[in-house]
Amino acid sequence: MDNLLVADSVSKKFGKFTALNNVSIEVSKGSIFGLLGPNGAGKTTLIRVINQITMPDTGNVLLDGQPLQSHHIKDIGYLPEERGLYKSMKVGEQALYLAQLKGMSKSEAKKRLKYWFEKLEIGDWWNKKIQELSKGMAQKIQFVVTVLHQPKLLIFDEPFSGFDPINANLIKDEILQLRDEGATVIFSTHRMESVEELCDHIALIHESNKILDGKLQDIKRQFKTNTFEVGLVTDNESDLTNLIKEKFEVSKADFKSLNDDLKLNIKLKSTETSNDLLSFLTSKAQVNHFNELVPTANDIFIQTVKNS
Amino acid sequence: MNHLPLIIKREYLTKVRNKSFIIMTILSPIIMIALIAVVAYLSQLNNSKQRTISILDESGFVEEIFKDTDNTKYEILSDVSIIQAKQQAEENEHYGLLHITKGDNIDSVLEGIKFYSKDTPSITLMEGLESKLEKKFTDLKLQQQGVDIEKLKSSKAKINIAQESFLGEKTSKIDNIVKLIFGGLAGYMLFMFIIIYGNMIMRSVIEEKTSRIIEVIISSVKPVQLMLGKIIGTSLAGITQFIVWIILGGVLMTVVSAIFGVNMTEMQAPQQELMQQAMETQGADMKIQSLMSAIYHLPLTNLVIMFLLFFIGGYLLYSSLYAAIGAAVDNETDTQQFMLPILMPLILAVYVGIFTVIEDPHGTVSTIFSFIPLTSPVVMLMRIPFGVPIWQQVVSVLLLIGTFMFTVWFAAKIYRVGILMYGKKPSYKELYKWLKY
Repeated sequence: MDNLLVADSVSKKFGKFTALNNVSIEVSKGSIFGLLGPNGAGKTTLIRVINQITMPDTGNVLLDGQPLQSHHIKDIGYLPEERGLYKSMKVGEQALYLAQLKGMSKSEAKKRLKYWFEKLEIGDWWNKKIQELSKGMAQKIQFVVTVLHQPKLLIFDEPFSGFDPINANLIKDEILQLRDEGATVIFSTHRMESVEELCDHIALIHESNKILDGKLQDIKRQFKTNTFEVGLVTDNESDLTNLIKEKFEVSKADFKSLNDDLKLNIKLKSTETSNDLLSFLTSKAQVNHFNELVPTANDIFIQTVKNS
Repeated sequence: MNHLPLIIKREYLTKVRNKSFIIMTILSPIIMIALIAVVAYLSQLNNSKQRTISILDESGFVEEIFKDTDNTKYEILSDVSIIQAKQQAEENEHYGLLHITKGDNIDSVLEGIKFYSKDTPSITLMEGLESKLEKKFTDLKLQQQGVDIEKLKSSKAKINIAQESFLGEKTSKIDNIVKLIFGGLAGYMLFMFIIIYGNMIMRSVIEEKTSRIIEVIISSVKPVQLMLGKIIGTSLAGITQFIVWIILGGVLMTVVSAIFGVNMTEMQAPQQELMQQAMETQGADMKIQSLMSAIYHLPLTNLVIMFLLFFIGGYLLYSSLYAAIGAAVDNETDTQQFMLPILMPLILAVYVGIFTVIEDPHGTVSTIFSFIPLTSPVVMLMRIPFGVPIWQQVVSVLLLIGTFMFTVWFAAKIYRVGILMYGKKPSYKELYKWLKY
């Protein structure tokens, strides 16, 4: 088994409202799994089911091949979207308390906290109260508390909100490092550029149903339209455009370029290859720019949600 | 994993270290004692003020019955008209003037007794004057009809009915008063405890919601555990505060009465008056003895055990409801609509306790309310000193425990759903729906 977490046709209703309808996901060990979807799609409900906060009506969830049980709590680290800390409690005390709730001993928690506080350069906050810290500072503490007990599965819901770009980057690197050290990550966000950067695998949930699931690479391949961006240097733009139009499907392109080129998007038929296009183009003009248009996670997200 | 001790510890320490909690703990007894001292001091001032009352007795019957006391001086006027007497009393700033007119016979004298004063005279003073006059005139009338007063006095029989239950338990009036005080104190303490610390639990739940820490916690702990931990931790903080209040209050009381020489135990609370009346009917030297035996006669073991059971049961019952309210709302202002159904039975219990248990501890009303779980802790605690059959106590405790388990289940349901709901002000209908989630 190389799946750390398997959710099998999980459904949950709140009264008449269906929050999850037969949703299944498989998260393989050591991967970063992107759980995407518009607001109110049911992501948080699914995450809560995995955290045993909410019980599913039907379906079951396996962690490491075992049905979820209360002792699994210590194997999961969860950073919820709606997060906060006790405002009047001191940073160190609070972190110790939360670590102990995850089943760590006090001395071990202290040792690991020291390590993390030094790593993130927040060692001198130990005796400060949360209300004295800025939002970004509190978020750092929250991150440390989430990963402190070295869980097998980390669940981050919008982990970068509240961070400035520098700290967001810092946290991103930490997440990648944790993955490299063997942790599996479920990552829920609206920021598609971080999905591109981090996720190996994504699932898209819309109106309580899973509508897309797979490796990010595969999905991109599936969504790509065999379209190429080209930048051409020519004296007579309209002649060249017409010439190309005779052979290929052409539309206007918009990309940034240093030169004042003729910019086109050229869509190939499934029988044609990029080499066909390239050899045709080089025979007619100088090619300054040649790039396959790969759909971004953002494009895929919007397209899938709109079409469903 | 059982995190209950950990949660209790955190709740307790956070409460106890909280600045406003510390200030309240220390300041409340100081303020209370200061207030009592001021009131005691003022009433002493008032009592020690000497009053002079002019007496104009034109009948000649009653002059000799007015003897000066510490607080009251009597000035007997003679050979003046009522108009002059009034003038004199007013000029000399006397408290008042008692005028007894001349009459053909005693009955006509009785009709013409009048008291003149600048302000409305105090009730106790008037009662004192009336009883003095009544006594004298009764004697006079008896004499007129040829009764020998001395004989009458010596033939007066003094009765103090000894009370005994069919089972042979001896009781007395003073016993009843002691019972009343014990029961009342227990019931009232529970009432105060529920209101003060129930609110504290509610606020602490709301705080977890508004600070958004709840979801972090709830991913490691079961909601029921968190709720129970909160309730128990807060109660322990409450007990700590209560103990500090009692000790600090006691010490301050002693210190203050030593410094100001105000004997606060002589402060006249209504119960103490009753107590004194009851004791006056017995010999003064028997006072302490009978008080001790009254306490001794209380079913102490029963009382202590039942006090603990009802106190814990009643408190947990209400505090779980408070926790549920805290979970259902987003901020304290939204709690109002849910508070009324909690406060109503509580206040009802205290009223039933005060008005019916005193009158008839085993009457229908008191008995019924001592079975209803929402009122039973307060009412039963007030009844127990009067001797309640064990089966009634057991049934009532079982009912209380059953209801308590139900409310904890109910509160946990609301709590579980409510803590993750933000930005909505729920209605009762919605709360009902939550039960089914």
